[in-house]
Amino acid sequence: MFNYYFRLALRSLRRNVVLTVLMVAVIGAGIGASMTVLTIYRAMDGDPIPQKSDRLFVPQIDNWGPDMEERPANSDGLPEQLSYTDASALIAAHTGRQTAMYSTVSALTPPNPQLLPFTVHVRATYADFFAMFQVPFKYGGPWNTTDDHSHSAVAVITRELNDKVFGGVNSVGRTLRLGGDDYRVSGVLDDWKPTPRFFDLADNRFGKTEDVLLPFTRAIDKQMTVWGNDFCNGDVGTGWAGYLRSNCVWIQFWVELPNASEVASYRAFLNSYAAEQRRNGRFHWAPRTQLRNERQWLSYEQVVPPPVHVMAIVSFSFLFVCLVNAMGLMLAKMLGRAADIGVRRALGATRRAILAQCLIEAGVIGIAGGLVGLLLTGLGLIGVRSLFTQQFIDLAHLDLSDLGICMLLAVVSAIIAGLYPTWRATQMQPALQLKAQ
Amino acid sequence: MLKMTHLSKAYRTEVVETYALRDFSIHVREGEFVAVTGPSGSGKTTFLTIAGLLEEFSGGEYQLDGANVRGLNDNQRSRLRNEKIGFIFQAFNLISDLNVQDNIDVPLRYRGFNGAERRRRIQESLERVGLSARMRHYPAELSGGQQQRVAIARALAGTPRLLLADEPTGNLDTQMARGVMELIEELHRDGATIVMVTHDPELAVRAQREVHIVDGQVVDLGAQPRLVDRAQLHL
Repeated sequence: MFNYYFRLALRSLRRNVVLTVLMVAVIGAGIGASMTVLTIYRAMDGDPIPQKSDRLFVPQIDNWGPDMEERPANSDGLPEQLSYTDASALIAAHTGRQTAMYSTVSALTPPNPQLLPFTVHVRATYADFFAMFQVPFKYGGPWNTTDDHSHSAVAVITRELNDKVFGGVNSVGRTLRLGGDDYRVSGVLDDWKPTPRFFDLADNRFGKTEDVLLPFTRAIDKQMTVWGNDFCNGDVGTGWAGYLRSNCVWIQFWVELPNASEVASYRAFLNSYAAEQRRNGRFHWAPRTQLRNERQWLSYEQVVPPPVHVMAIVSFSFLFVCLVNAMGLMLAKMLGRAADIGVRRALGATRRAILAQCLIEAGVIGIAGGLVGLLLTGLGLIGVRSLFTQQFIDLAHLDLSDLGICMLLAVVSAIIAGLYPTWRATQMQPALQLKAQ
Repeated sequence: MLKMTHLSKAYRTEVVETYALRDFSIHVREGEFVAVTGPSGSGKTTFLTIAGLLEEFSGGEYQLDGANVRGLNDNQRSRLRNEKIGFIFQAFNLISDLNVQDNIDVPLRYRGFNGAERRRRIQESLERVGLSARMRHYPAELSGGQQQRVAIARALAGTPRLLLADEPTGNLDTQMARGVMELIEELHRDGATIVMVTHDPELAVRAQREVHIVDGQVVDLGAQPRLVDRAQLHL
């Protein structure tokens, strides 16, 4: 009977084209507006590494104390990053997978003398970064922990940089001149653009990965200055050494803890470390630490800005208004078909049969509305791309899951809008309708 | 086949209670052709809609083909209506955006017949009414008489036990009306049980017997079979 009702729906919609166009347009407008915002919201709110989000953790340590005038604007006032002193201590104390990292810049001199030197963004990190975050490689692989310990001059580059400097060939083993020093290329990344850039939310949350990745220890040796966000309180000291000894927080730190037991153990370690700092006189306040997994970290950092939350509420409110309008139009259509429904009931249609016929018709309207909504969503995203910064441009695109959500939302919305008109149709008394003829 | 005993139907508002049928009793046997007559507002149509399970009644008893219909829920009534009863309406009540074949198909779909069975029944019923060549036509492309014949074919396609006709020639001219009545009489001769509501006495005499309703009650039961002189009729 589904095919039968589907054909009846198409005939019914053709019967009054103007009404049909109005219903489809109303649903399409609501879907278009809400999907435009939802697409961006989903991109911002997405979990870029869901398969490991319960195993990757960010430790936080209060190294500023309660008396500091300026505190982070987070809900608990804890610094989002670590100081060099704390990061180094955590690295030394833990044997599992972990990484400390920061963003910097350098000048790259291409091997091709016809290319001028240019600035590249660099991420100084540990070898575990690649395995922890499941970073894909096109050629070669990451350096290893021996390179970390040896402060080796090795680097991993992105595919874009490889294309630009080496013409896209397998450049593993080739030399990259960075900041006046030679680095051996150990690997070339494949396309990797986690959205958001969960591993460094302090800077450029929706941007792309740095062009070059090299050992953290090497970057410290070379005194490669911090290019991301750093926050300092009190005396910073002089020079690079003073900066490293200060309470400035500028290092992103991640640790992989595979089970609950390890998590509990690490939490206890963090608290004992903070307590030890107090005993040593570095901290003069009660130990305060926190350990959040990746999903909790994204929520804590409010990756989706409050204005986007507001936009989502407004757009779905608009969808609701559109559905109410669609409901009114469907009701007018159903009441206009009272005679037909009366005849069908007289011929033996049950209320359930009328319900099925009407809801399938609503679903067909939903499908048509969804297609219009898709078109409007595409136009909406083009508008977003033209109005906002580059980071939003990258967010404003439709993928297959968005297409599916759009059509599903349209069909479900149309069916919801059709529920009341359908109920009214099933309650029609056939005798009254036939007598009215 | 159709037996109503002391049946009543009341329409109640906040202010007044109106009886469309009161202490109404009728018994139609299998194979009978009964005309139900009466002035406007007498309750003829109410009787027909109750007989057709399109409306519930307030009191009394109604048995259709041996089954007591009081207490049936809406689904059961719909199913019984689909299986046992064929309707012929004054206004034909064909669905305008379905062609002849699809109009006749409607009750068969609800019956659950498969495609082959439905096609066979549609073909047979159209041959019965002489409209096999109009299968793909739409109601707007047919004359009034042809539309009523399609409605009759739709009523027959499910091989109902009872045909209920409400002023079947009311919207037709004389010639078309004659053709439709001849078809109805032919169906009766072939064994159909027919109850026809009409205000036209000249149509009523063509039935086996007449039941006259006034103010919701039967006032006359035509017990004797009629001998009809067709030459005296205008039809």
